[in-house]
Amino acid sequence: MTAVLEVRDVRKSFGGITAVDGVSFDVREGEILGLIGPNGCGKSTLFNCILGQLTPSAGEVRIDGRAVTGLRPSQLNRLGVSRTFQLLQVFPKLSVRDNLILAGQEHQGSMLSRLFGPSDAGLTDAAERMIGFFKLDHLAGEPAGGLSYGQQKLLDAAMAFMGGPRLVLLDEPAGGVNPTMLGDLKDRLTAINRERQATFVVIEHNMEFVMSLCSRVMVMAEGKVLAIGPPDEIRANPAVIEAYLGH
Amino acid sequence: MTSGKYLRLAIGVVAIAGLIVVPINFNRYGLFILSQWAVMTIAAMGLNLTLGYAGQVSLAQGAFVGIGAYTAAILTTLGWPLIAALALAILLCFAVGWMLGYPALRVQHHYLAFVTLAFSTLMFLVFRNESWLTNGIYGISNIPRPHVFGFATNKPLPFYYLCLASLGIVSAAMWWLIRSPWGRAFTALRENPLRALSLGVDTRRYTLMAFALGSVLGGVSGVLYAPLTQYIDPVPFNLSLSLDLLMMVIVGGAGFFLGPFLGAMISVLLPEWLRDYTHDYYLMVYAIAVIGLLIYSPTGILGILDRYLTARRTKAASALRAAAQSRLETAQ
Repeated sequence: MTAVLEVRDVRKSFGGITAVDGVSFDVREGEILGLIGPNGCGKSTLFNCILGQLTPSAGEVRIDGRAVTGLRPSQLNRLGVSRTFQLLQVFPKLSVRDNLILAGQEHQGSMLSRLFGPSDAGLTDAAERMIGFFKLDHLAGEPAGGLSYGQQKLLDAAMAFMGGPRLVLLDEPAGGVNPTMLGDLKDRLTAINRERQATFVVIEHNMEFVMSLCSRVMVMAEGKVLAIGPPDEIRANPAVIEAYLGH
Repeated sequence: MTSGKYLRLAIGVVAIAGLIVVPINFNRYGLFILSQWAVMTIAAMGLNLTLGYAGQVSLAQGAFVGIGAYTAAILTTLGWPLIAALALAILLCFAVGWMLGYPALRVQHHYLAFVTLAFSTLMFLVFRNESWLTNGIYGISNIPRPHVFGFATNKPLPFYYLCLASLGIVSAAMWWLIRSPWGRAFTALRENPLRALSLGVDTRRYTLMAFALGSVLGGVSGVLYAPLTQYIDPVPFNLSLSLDLLMMVIVGGAGFFLGPFLGAMISVLLPEWLRDYTHDYYLMVYAIAVIGLLIYSPTGILGILDRYLTARRTKAASALRAAAQSRLETAQ
């Protein structure tokens, strides 16, 4: 299988602190890679370097073999790289439907065609399907700010999928979501992964969620890759137990 | 839902008919004030786009009204038709507004306010000091009023109708714009630029566009302002006009389509009306009324309406939920 994402020796320092210290790994097409590690180990900084929110101090990021280091997040997104954030990031005043339409509208046509075209950019059907898929049907017309925390988390994830991305980076999708909804979220992610061949990288602290969702898991500690492999192997790795999982 | 739609449509029709019919018997002064309201509403709509929808603070809207007014004054006194001056003012304000947007890519909020304030001051100095072009403090007089489709608008009533028609066209364009994907992108820019960027929204281009389009409406307003007063000098376009326009947007309700209409009404009409009743104290009464309103509703007049409608909807929704709950319980 080919690599969708290749990260080569990426480094990021803030003043004297090296948050990401020479990280290299590949993400293969169609896999779900879990990214775990203690707080402050550089997971989110690594995400931000991959996604163009931060410029790496050194190293290279490739998407489908193409070097993308230094591209802006909006350009990367239109290349098919999407993300969710650790903290909730929906547009509270827009309705659930409009949040989803917004998430898809910049992927088609030009700026001019969007101005003179239909007001929903032809995305109402796609948005409704996504709303149905994430079981938010009764909330389609509500402002996103009025949803419960868990529902906003689902919407946040749904938005990441609107543009039909090849690669999605999810930063703690399960944080603060109740167990029932968590099961839903896992089902949805697995289904999208299978049906659309979308590739995921997931940062998560909920071990049960990570181990059951992911095909491979990468462990980071102090800005470096500590181990990478299938969930069972990671669970048994003494260095990982020492640094993160605990005895 | 549909009954609400018909109600809104009916209110709209009555308001438009009122604006056309009622002023027929107004005197010269009344028509002047009402024309001024229409002209200022256009400028406030522009600022509402930049500030209310796209969330970019600007204290320079008055300067764009000035650019439009001077363009119209200079060209029409040279014998150009007003429509040509309008076209040039639109191009000029778009270009200058676009450039004024660049600082917004670096700085936000109060800092951006200061950058735009500096621009406002700069433009005032250009209007005052570049006498070869603007005739400096002596101003430009005898600005002609245009002929529209062969009709002269020299008299106050036809000119008022010209202002009203312009307001109508601008409103329709604005309605289209904010309902288009651009409107959604502007709102996203205001609410969460970081997230918008990660969803493929080119926040840089939309920020510049918000400034450019908002400034264009400032210019359009100025192009009407010059033949309205028929005399301009630099003073009306100093910082206080920008602050006035900002107040119109905020008092009316920033980010609401009808906000500028109400805001301009309060800023242009209310002081005139108060003058009849409170004489020398009218500006004080006016200032206190504005302070009181903003304490009561920081989101402006339309914010009050919005809160009321939201509360009513929430109540209706929870009533539905309660009914469904009790049905479930009786079924069990």
